[in-house]
Amino acid sequence: MTPNDPNITWVEEPRLGLSGKMYMPMFVQGLTTTFKHLKGSLQGKAVTVSYPDQEPEIGNPIIYRGVHRLNKDSQGRVKCVACFLCATACPAHCIDIIGIESPWEDREKYPESFTIDELRCIYCGMCEEACPVDAIELTSLYNLTGRSREEMVFDKEKLLSVYDATKDKEPMRSPEMGGTV
Amino acid sequence: MIEPLIKIAILIGGLMTGAAYFVLLERRMAAWVQDRVGPNRVGFPLSQFVSGLKDLRLFGLGQPAADGVKFILKEEYTPAHVDKRLFVLAPISILVAALVTFAVIPFGDVLPGGVFGDEPIEMVVSPGAGVGMLVVFALSSIAVYGVILGGWASNNKYSFLGGLRSSAQLIAYELPLGLGILGVILATGSLDIGEIIGEQARTGWWFALTQPLGFFVFCVASFAEAARLPFDLPECEQELIGGYHTEYSGIKLLLFLVAEFLHMIAASFLIVMLFLGGWHFWFLTGSGSEATWFQAIMRLVVLNAKIFLVILFFMLVRWSWPRFRFDQLMAFAWKVMMPLGLINFVVVAILDQLKIVSGNDSSGMNLVCALAAWGICIGAWVAISIAGPLVADNRPRRELNSFEIDSQM
Repeated sequence: MTPNDPNITWVEEPRLGLSGKMYMPMFVQGLTTTFKHLKGSLQGKAVTVSYPDQEPEIGNPIIYRGVHRLNKDSQGRVKCVACFLCATACPAHCIDIIGIESPWEDREKYPESFTIDELRCIYCGMCEEACPVDAIELTSLYNLTGRSREEMVFDKEKLLSVYDATKDKEPMRSPEMGGTV
Repeated sequence: MIEPLIKIAILIGGLMTGAAYFVLLERRMAAWVQDRVGPNRVGFPLSQFVSGLKDLRLFGLGQPAADGVKFILKEEYTPAHVDKRLFVLAPISILVAALVTFAVIPFGDVLPGGVFGDEPIEMVVSPGAGVGMLVVFALSSIAVYGVILGGWASNNKYSFLGGLRSSAQLIAYELPLGLGILGVILATGSLDIGEIIGEQARTGWWFALTQPLGFFVFCVASFAEAARLPFDLPECEQELIGGYHTEYSGIKLLLFLVAEFLHMIAASFLIVMLFLGGWHFWFLTGSGSEATWFQAIMRLVVLNAKIFLVILFFMLVRWSWPRFRFDQLMAFAWKVMMPLGLINFVVVAILDQLKIVSGNDSSGMNLVCALAAWGICIGAWVAISIAGPLVADNRPRRELNSFEIDSQM
């Protein structure tokens, strides 16, 4: 690499004006910004919250990537058709599905067991993207805790119960939103 | 015998508590400036003792105590590769140097006699130390040893770089620090801090008003000496992971951190006493060496309020300015601060001589001298800015061959 290599783009630093060279005007400008933020915070405009006392506001719960849920269809059955697309898409390999023949007319398979290791999950949302029937979704529950590793492996019942707990606040993706029935 | 001991107890107690609470204040200020809430929870954990009671929060005033207990109880790890003796010596020496400085720095003026004995009590640990400023300078130079020893003993590249930078920086900025004070000493004719304040109180002209250039130079240099942003290269977290105290933990780290805060407090004491009139405030504190009780108490209040404001300024500057690059730091010390300090010294000498020769010490003459000093200050500042010594183009140039470029890198 020579200095006159045509592939090198030489970027010239912007030249300082007199106020920049004199430093003091810039200093006053910087302090003004500091004071503005200080004043804002003292008036209670801080952007953070005191967490356990106050819950943070989640901008749009529909697109937030928190704990998973398994959606139910209108008859209360699990929506999943055990196609394994989510498990394939998962970069963390945290989804484990055992599919068996479905007892219902409208689909071939359904998951006998569906477990997600919430500790392995990186909450990327790829499973949600991959699912052809919108069965798996990420909710806006962010404060997930547990006392053991086993407890954090969510099985089908647990995931369905997450749906029951969050379905009112976060409606399932409807056909109007580009989802399936 | 008992009187100095009481003063020492008050001073050390006050300084240590003050340093702890200034850490909390700094954290809260940092949070506020960055639009956060900051540490506001730690108070009395009443529910730990009596079930059913609510914890007292007290705006986080318990945080310093919790931090202190944490530092003391934490594992104090000494890595195997360090020089053990120097590793222990470094934090002790830096804290001792920082604390001993306060022996000659007054923390008030005088208390009138009559209540605590017949004699008026001077509020300084060693009253009448005529070489006060020299002691402060000598001890602030010793503080460099702690930093260098810490960096060297840690036997770690980051620490060593921190120590190295610190030694270069502190030595470079001691010159402008001294030059800034020279004008004050020239105008007062004394090295005694009490007399320097007394002179400002007597004339009513704070040295910041009559020697603005010296004030700026001294302020900037004391920021650098206290290793505060924008001059915190010895410990910049982003580059050096904490610099010279990277390897330290537990109580030894605490000693380093306290010493750093003490440097900042000492710097604000000196700024206030040398340039901002110390305990003096017009119409409020009186100006003589004798004081009534009201005046004595007002002097204490004024002095501490000024120091508090200067420390607040230190903390605000921290969140306003990015750090200097190292070559800019050195250029700033040698090419900007040094000439400005020398100009200040010459101007103060000429104006003082002018006053003596003309035999005119009236307030009109003082005003003219102060205006002249401000004019020269602004003129010198603009002249230096136009010369632009900080704008150094160190980038490899196009016409150089690659070998020369490598040598420049």
